[in-house]
Amino acid sequence: MHRHMCLLAAAAAAMPFLIQPAWANMVYVSNEKDNTVTVVDSKTMEVVKTINVGQRPRGITISHDGKLIYVCASDDDTVEIIDAATNEIVGSLPSGPDPELFVLSPDGKTLYVANEDDNLVTAIDIEGKTVIAEIPVGVEPEGMGVSPDGKTIVNTSETTNMAHFIDTSTHEITDNVLVDSRPRFAEFKPDGSEVWVSAEIGGTVSVIDNNTREVKHKITFEVQGLRSEQIQPVGIRITADGKKAYVALGPANRVAVINTQTYEVEKYVLVGQRVWQLAFLPDGKTIISTNGLSNDITFIDTATDEAIKSVTVGQLPWGVAVSPN
Amino acid sequence: MSQATAGNVPHSRFATVQYLTCLKGILVREGLRYLNQRERFVSSLVRPLLWLFIFAAGFRQVLGVSIIPPYQTYVLYEVYITPGLCGMILLFSGMQSSLSMVYDREMGNMRTLLVSPFPRWFLLVSKLLAGVAVSIIQVYAFLFVAWLWDVKAPVQGYFLILPALFLSGMMLGALGMLLSSLVKQLENFAGIMNFVIFPMYFASSALYPLWRVQESSPLLYKICLLNPFSYAVELIRFAFYGQIEWLSLAVVCSFIVLFIAGAIIAYDPSRGIVVKKQEGGNT
Repeated sequence: MHRHMCLLAAAAAAMPFLIQPAWANMVYVSNEKDNTVTVVDSKTMEVVKTINVGQRPRGITISHDGKLIYVCASDDDTVEIIDAATNEIVGSLPSGPDPELFVLSPDGKTLYVANEDDNLVTAIDIEGKTVIAEIPVGVEPEGMGVSPDGKTIVNTSETTNMAHFIDTSTHEITDNVLVDSRPRFAEFKPDGSEVWVSAEIGGTVSVIDNNTREVKHKITFEVQGLRSEQIQPVGIRITADGKKAYVALGPANRVAVINTQTYEVEKYVLVGQRVWQLAFLPDGKTIISTNGLSNDITFIDTATDEAIKSVTVGQLPWGVAVSPN
Repeated sequence: MSQATAGNVPHSRFATVQYLTCLKGILVREGLRYLNQRERFVSSLVRPLLWLFIFAAGFRQVLGVSIIPPYQTYVLYEVYITPGLCGMILLFSGMQSSLSMVYDREMGNMRTLLVSPFPRWFLLVSKLLAGVAVSIIQVYAFLFVAWLWDVKAPVQGYFLILPALFLSGMMLGALGMLLSSLVKQLENFAGIMNFVIFPMYFASSALYPLWRVQESSPLLYKICLLNPFSYAVELIRFAFYGQIEWLSLAVVCSFIVLFIAGAIIAYDPSRGIVVKKQEGGNT
């Protein structure tokens, strides 16, 4: 009897470990070529559903409450809204022509969209579904970053090779910082002190000081056995504690792990072909890369910085967003 | 005649302890011989490392990437060929023991071993076990250097491969033993190199995934599928990732039985190939 009690007690003690809360975050991947969004369960790492969306879906993000997903349907000149509960399109936002990439303001009310063909950044009020402002920027705007306090957005223009700092209260450009050729993506450090801008053709990441608005460091990459032109940095993500940065290196098929203190590349993680964008799971323990040419996404463990699993999604996966807890 | 009686000594009077003493004796002899041949240790380590560092480095971009089980994501070519190189160590080691048996036979040491009152099969299996133990040490030494070179598998994989290494080692060692009964003289051993080691190694999944072999040559693909070495490599590869490849396990186990049985028959003085050859040689 006593032994049975002991067993029961042991089983009870083990219960919390056995039934851990299954925080299955949903991973949403936009597939540029087959006009779909693939939904992947982050726990099982399996495809749950495929949603048909507008033409050429690229930029994708999710509302802070996790209820709505916004997708740039570039060739339909609109931003589509998907209900995360039903996985159906429930509306759209007036994005202006050819929206490619966007960023959601920290308060979740405004969406800043880069309009690649019109050299504009469009600010959209999500609730009213209206355009608040159209800000002229350099040629072929693409990358969009927002400061943690929401006061500044950074847009990169691919052909002008600049990072434009825009004041969100006045919607005016305050600073232009020249970076290397074809800047693709801008990402603020969580403390707002730096902006990291990737240059696809230049093959570098420029670290811009947010106070002085000057390039304080340039990160270069070198992968054994690869020609330098194969290394094309695109998507960037920085961990919540600000200690590590992950940079997708395009046709190099690698994600670079960078120490944000020393700006040294600590590791190159092998993923699928032409890795494009990245997203963390909310707990920060996993980062996901979209691999365009191999039609899959790769889950990378951020503790060991090793690729865990690659999951096939639609054709030419481009952007990725993860539902919050 | 004397050989035949040596083989027919009743074994029932031996206790397990005595069997173990005999096994220990053979193991210690092989171990000492291995330790005393430092060149052999170095060469057994250098061979796979050359493949890993030079061959794999050159091929990592050429072969492209694809995900095949047991891999869950993309792996570098170095990671892909590591199980194959473990297999290569076992293969060379198995053949080396076969070489040493031919040597032993020429030098007369074999006679000393085989006139032991223990059953013939036990002596041969003990010798096999000793060879496998030595080759497993070589595999781990290689994996350690590879690990230093950042060619890594999951940590538990290094423990899980042990049974796979043992079985693969037994299969290749038994094959070596069987072959040693066919090789008359030491000089003929080069034939084994050309006709056994190289074809077995190259026509297998050790260097290239089989789907890639199939793309370039369906015939070679079929040959690879018939090659027991492919199954040994796949058994090790899956074990690295905590999985059992049942087909490979079945094939490897079957070949162990087949080769050992073959070797025992070949070394059986009353009907073995050895005796026939000797008779043939004397007449």
